[in-house]
Amino acid sequence: MRAGFVSSPHSARVNRVDWVMLQVCLALIPGILAMVWFFGWGVLINVALAVVFAVSAEAIVMKLRGRPVLPAIGDYSAVVTGVLFALTVPPTLPWWLTLLGILFAIVIVKQLYGGIGYNPFNPAMAGYVFLLISYPVQTTTWLPPDIPALLEARDLTLLSFMDSARLIFTGVLPAGLGWDAVSAATPLDEMRTMLDQGAAIGEIRQSPLSGLFGGRGWEWVAGGFLVGGLYLLWQRVITWHIPVAFSAGLFVTAGIFWFVDPGTHPSPLFHLFSGGALLGAFFIATDPVSACTTPRGQLIYGASIGALIYVIRTWGGYPDAVAFAVLLLNIAAPMIDHYTQPRVFGHGKRA
Amino acid sequence: MKTKSLLSNGRAPKLWHFHGGVHLPDEKQLSNTVAVADAPISAQLVIPLQQHIGAPSRPCVAVGEHVKKGQMIGEPQGYISAPVHAPSSGVVSAIEPRPVPHPSGLSAPCIVIDTDGEDAWGELPEPIADFEQAEANVLRERVRMSGIVGMGGASFPSNVKLNPGADQPIGTLIINGAECEPYITCDDLLMRERAADIIDGVRVMLHVLAAPKCLIGIEDNKPEAIDAMRRAVADRDLGGRIDVVAIPTLYPSGGEKQLIKILTGKEVPSHGIPAQIGIVCQNVGTAAAVADAVLRGRPLIERLVTVTGRAVRSPRNYRVRIGTPAQDLVAASGGLGEDLAKLVVGGPMMGFKIESDAIPVTKAANCILALTAAETPDPGEPLACIRCGRCAEVCPANLLPQQLYWHARAKDLDKVQDYNLFDCIECGCCAHVCPSHIPLVQYYRYAKAESWARESEKRAAEHARERHAAREARLERQERERKAKLRKKKEAIAPKPGGEGGEGPGDDAKKAAIEAARKRVLDKKAKQPPAEGADAVAPPPHDAQTEPAAASKPAPRTERQAVEEAQS
Repeated sequence: MRAGFVSSPHSARVNRVDWVMLQVCLALIPGILAMVWFFGWGVLINVALAVVFAVSAEAIVMKLRGRPVLPAIGDYSAVVTGVLFALTVPPTLPWWLTLLGILFAIVIVKQLYGGIGYNPFNPAMAGYVFLLISYPVQTTTWLPPDIPALLEARDLTLLSFMDSARLIFTGVLPAGLGWDAVSAATPLDEMRTMLDQGAAIGEIRQSPLSGLFGGRGWEWVAGGFLVGGLYLLWQRVITWHIPVAFSAGLFVTAGIFWFVDPGTHPSPLFHLFSGGALLGAFFIATDPVSACTTPRGQLIYGASIGALIYVIRTWGGYPDAVAFAVLLLNIAAPMIDHYTQPRVFGHGKRA
Repeated sequence: MKTKSLLSNGRAPKLWHFHGGVHLPDEKQLSNTVAVADAPISAQLVIPLQQHIGAPSRPCVAVGEHVKKGQMIGEPQGYISAPVHAPSSGVVSAIEPRPVPHPSGLSAPCIVIDTDGEDAWGELPEPIADFEQAEANVLRERVRMSGIVGMGGASFPSNVKLNPGADQPIGTLIINGAECEPYITCDDLLMRERAADIIDGVRVMLHVLAAPKCLIGIEDNKPEAIDAMRRAVADRDLGGRIDVVAIPTLYPSGGEKQLIKILTGKEVPSHGIPAQIGIVCQNVGTAAAVADAVLRGRPLIERLVTVTGRAVRSPRNYRVRIGTPAQDLVAASGGLGEDLAKLVVGGPMMGFKIESDAIPVTKAANCILALTAAETPDPGEPLACIRCGRCAEVCPANLLPQQLYWHARAKDLDKVQDYNLFDCIECGCCAHVCPSHIPLVQYYRYAKAESWARESEKRAAEHARERHAAREARLERQERERKAKLRKKKEAIAPKPGGEGGEGPGDDAKKAAIEAARKRVLDKKAKQPPAEGADAVAPPPHDAQTEPAAASKPAPRTERQAVEEAQS
């Protein structure tokens, strides 16, 4: 019995931070499997590296701050940050960039603000954006999905496990191959480039990169994250508000432009199943620390991120926008919370 | 379904929802499968003088006096107060502070009775069998003098609740049989075994309140109780005014405001009471006590207590005399196991921990809960809040517990009130689901106590300021008067034309007035017998008039008092 803790309730607690974080890790598995399937072992190597770096960084900073280390790394929040970061960067990212991004995420964005619970920004997204701005080439060089027809059409080569490891740790490409032979644009890049060149949606859809409604391979990855997200909803780790509002915000905004002119605007489903949209909707925007907390606030927060993603994708300087949109709304979250407080029991129409 | 509700008009009742709530393992089967047993008469009964909200009762027996069962031993002081009665016959052996069931663990004044084992009843007031013909005031007085207070835990004097005032018509009486806390089954067993008495109590209360209908809310995890109550209603209530409604099992449905919302859809206003929306809510135990008091003349001297938890050998319910030491009940249940981790009065969600079972059962004590470490695991060191918002999801008051926590932690008492801290009912749902195991309720209690302390400090400071200002004004006035008198004296001395004394015409008139007033007062006094409390009515005249500095002042005061006396 702990002296001092005598206040009710005396019941067994039904929830734990480490359980919540483990559920998030579990829910990421389908998406990770799909990514490994389509983009090779680099994904797993990155995940492992990022997790080791994140947990080590967390432990060292806690030690420096003179705080207990075990509870901090035992809540698995650093693991989640590491995994999410690794899933947003290309599977070829040099190890030292992963280290740099993670250090920025854990040390500056998370711990300098006071550690878990106190960071105003999503650490994984802040770390990613830091790299995206500082090292734009390395962070946007993606591999082609492992689809034979596509590889043949574009004359591309896949990287083996050893190739990936060598590339990540030494930066050396397999003998006789240049970047052109192993990398490919993401569907969002391709869409953006071709639209800028004046191509119509119909033409772009003929590209070997195009799948059912998103990019080939990519849409399966998105599907994997959707499955994981539904698991989180079922386990009540997250509520429906942010993912639904996020998806609706993106879908409706894209839908309006697509409805007006489907010739020059990709369909809303393409937007939803491309890039990091579904990963963002279920795993990133739902980060409880940096998101809104009131139900109405969460709706506004999610919908704004969704709409902002469309705006940045369509008119901004970056092909994908989940990280920027999430960070922008992170800043707005406290204000949104302030104006969306629920009506308290026994109070009139407005609390 | 067995527990499906039908109203007396044959329609299914419409039920409303409150926000949030949690589903808890109810643990009721531990203690609700065995019939209620009579607890043995303890050698010593310890009856706290304050077992209710309001002023404590005042002992009306002396140490060494022999008392009979049911005899009043502490009388109420003031309107919001309640008497206490001897739960058994015996000798008053002490009136002194003893440990009482209170979260603070402090002692409070108690009357100690060494029982004689005869359990002999004293003289009881006449039963009011024909209560429908009785006046509401008579019945309320009976309820008051029987020491009945809310038995659901709040222990507010019941007669006060039954007197909402003429301008506050009551449309619905709500009887709380929800018993939503896990483990506790005393209301369940009471409803199974004394349903008829509860319904009689309800009929008395309906008559007192002149209310047209009554809804009895019972959680649907108590099908036997619901059946028993339905049968009793069918037998006893001829007017179809009483409906037994099965409500979904969800903690905290038994909270007064939550139950009212479920049954009527109405919300008790913040900082308000149910009477403001035409509702009075009473516990089933209170209803049975009202029946005892009115129909049998018996005061509230016993109640049902659940002794449960996995750290007692044989959990069950007891009919217990108020003042019985909890340890005697625990002993009757086979004693405490080695694995006892925490002893609690009340339920696991809202009860409070006690250090020892050497405390008496009071009118509000519904459960003695002995929990093992498995039932009440150490939540461990709290982690940082991750703002997940689970607390807000389950809060039945629809508060933002997380924001309250941040501001309470920062001791920002204005902000916690902005976030409506005082609408928190301390049900514990937020702390129950918190993944960081933060003792949220403790923070709220702390913030409430700090706010009250600040409020009273503010009042004290305001009072001191007013007193200071009044003193300044008085000194200034006295100085002014002194100067004026001095000036007049000088004026009177200065001319001195004839041999007449130094008193001006103004002073003359004043003196005459004073003299006349004094004479009137003295005359009046002489006429009245001194025992009439004349001193209490007019204490100042003597002092005021013998005080020279105030000589110019007393005239109007004396006159006023003379008038007052004349009126009396």
